[in-house]
Amino acid sequence: MSAAFDEKVHNTLADANLQLAIYRATGRLIDHRKLAVATAALPDYQELRTQANAIKRHTIDNLDHYLEQFEANVTAHGGKVIYCQDATEVADFVLGLAKERRARLIVKSKSMTTEEIDLNERLEHHKLESVETDLGEYILQLAHQRPYHIVAPALHLTRYDVGDLFARTLGVANETVVEKQTLIARAVLRQKFLAADIGISGANFLVADSGAVTIVENEGNARLTTSAPKIHIAVAGIEKLIPRAQDLAVFLKLLGRSATGQALTVYTSFLSGPRRAGEIDGPEEFYVVLLDNGRTKLLADRAKRESLYCIRCGACLNHCPVYRKIGGHSFPWVYSGPIGAIITPQFLGIEHEPSLPFASSLCGACAEVCPVKIDIPKVLLDLRAEAKQAEERKGVNRLERLAFRIFAWVMCHPRIYEMAAMVAAGVAPSENGKWLRRAPAVMNLPPVRAWLSQRDLPPAPAKSFRELWRKR
Amino acid sequence: MAQRVSIFVTCIVDQLFPAVGMAMVEVLERLGYAVDFPEDQTCCGQPAFNTGYRAEACQVARHFLKVFRDSEYVVVPSGSCTSMIAHHFHDLFPGDLEARHAAETLAPRVWEFSKFVLEVAGVDDVGARLDDVVTYHDSCHALREFGIKDGPRRLLANVRGLELREMDAAEECCGFGGTFSVKLPEISGGMARTKIDSIVRTGANTVVSLDSSCLMQIQGALARAALPVRTMHLAEVLASR
Repeated sequence: MSAAFDEKVHNTLADANLQLAIYRATGRLIDHRKLAVATAALPDYQELRTQANAIKRHTIDNLDHYLEQFEANVTAHGGKVIYCQDATEVADFVLGLAKERRARLIVKSKSMTTEEIDLNERLEHHKLESVETDLGEYILQLAHQRPYHIVAPALHLTRYDVGDLFARTLGVANETVVEKQTLIARAVLRQKFLAADIGISGANFLVADSGAVTIVENEGNARLTTSAPKIHIAVAGIEKLIPRAQDLAVFLKLLGRSATGQALTVYTSFLSGPRRAGEIDGPEEFYVVLLDNGRTKLLADRAKRESLYCIRCGACLNHCPVYRKIGGHSFPWVYSGPIGAIITPQFLGIEHEPSLPFASSLCGACAEVCPVKIDIPKVLLDLRAEAKQAEERKGVNRLERLAFRIFAWVMCHPRIYEMAAMVAAGVAPSENGKWLRRAPAVMNLPPVRAWLSQRDLPPAPAKSFRELWRKR
Repeated sequence: MAQRVSIFVTCIVDQLFPAVGMAMVEVLERLGYAVDFPEDQTCCGQPAFNTGYRAEACQVARHFLKVFRDSEYVVVPSGSCTSMIAHHFHDLFPGDLEARHAAETLAPRVWEFSKFVLEVAGVDDVGARLDDVVTYHDSCHALREFGIKDGPRRLLANVRGLELREMDAAEECCGFGGTFSVKLPEISGGMARTKIDSIVRTGANTVVSLDSSCLMQIQGALARAALPVRTMHLAEVLASR
């Protein structure tokens, strides 16, 4: 593990308040989801998962076709599709458009894709004001932090943290009642919506057969972002495509329930193109920025495409016992939890944080709740194998490799295995069945030390099973 | 003649928890089986597989397939090792059809112990007695890869004198995870402490599971916290009279 990762993990584990905040917040989301997908509430839940997986598989396998269809439909409605390779290309497009239209103020609704490419920072660097309008994201923007969670970005902050933050950054009285805090944010943001030149949103689904951008949200800020300013830019990863509007019947049933336990979010918007003649609202210009940023690398390998099925519901984070311990900021990229552990190395390259796929007990809770049935543990195992191949090519971590070569050799030679076990049992103390707090000097190896840093060690029994078996 | 079953006791039971293996033998014999212990058995290769060493895991898997080639049933006191053999072996031989075939024909013959007792022997009361208050820890691989949830609880419910108290975090991972436990010890230890908090809240004296590796993690954390709760493998509970 990198030193930075270890340090963040250590600090998160050592912070008792933070531990409680994470455990409680994720616990609530777990409880809500459980009720929402229970047989009584959604009898065909498992069939919907199977269908969602099949639709995503089909779409990703035929992505070229659906991208073209989507683009044709957006264009037919008077909008424009822009393909971007990476963060720089997205920023260049937005900056170019802002300059042409003399735009100064941008309002943003929640989008992990724009977080992924640090869009706010890039725009602010060029003297544009870019304001997050989702309450959680707004709080984080004021705190200069990145999202802690895909769905609940400020999950780690308490209302007291928010009270302090608002008092410090907005010059208001320290208010700890959540409803009042919301009104404070609303008063600021309402003015921003009215004055904004451009609205930037993400997208939950891009519907190929209608060219619609679908956005789900609870606060209404995304609807304002996409309709109040004269220009709307939706930024989305290319994997957000689905073939038909009717497929939303599957995905909308799964997304809200998996994310927050809601049968449907408060707002679901279908946006296709700019305002048409005779319409009284909507933007005058409509753009969809389709981002690659490493995604097409996964398309090349059939086994890896599965990671592109993700609809960013965050259920795998809530249910992950590792995420619930180390939180979102321990992860090296904006995507945290199990989905972050598999897409970070695949989008950015395995060398970015090669140890990330190892930060899992492979308990499988993520796969169990994934609404599109991504087999995350299997992907983690494949990434581990890739990481070890990369290590071998580089000639690093040789001692571990040697240890596993010896392990395999011993396990293939039963007589040697038995002898090795007897030697080990000879040096391992048994102390009348008591568990050991310390290991004898001869066993003082890094894995034993690591075990003992947290737990006691089992004593070696007087006889192995095979010895007992023979004596029967 | 008695039906013959082979047992794969797993390396961890063989070397650290032999009583679990003996208890499993006792229960199987009580149910009328002739138990066979192929002595060339070692490990299923999961430690190498889960750490990313595919070639090494593959070697160990080949050895396993050779040792248990002729077994009609292989009974294993572990959900995790059973899942390695039944679910992951066939992925280890992408270019070797013969080995892949051997893995695929072995898979349906490999049984996690409690599942074997319930579904092959067809018994949910093995005639055990244990005067104790216990709580049951769902091992992740047994639960999520085999759907083993009610079975062990049914077996426990039929143990005379035993009271089962459910813990709130029964399905939460104990944090063992093989080499994860020593590669990321702090996270693993934190998970274990969450687990034992939930165990302690039940007031049970004993934690029961069907994987010795989970129990090693849980007992290690209980011992470190000096808590007077013991761990028992399901086979040990069922062997008690």
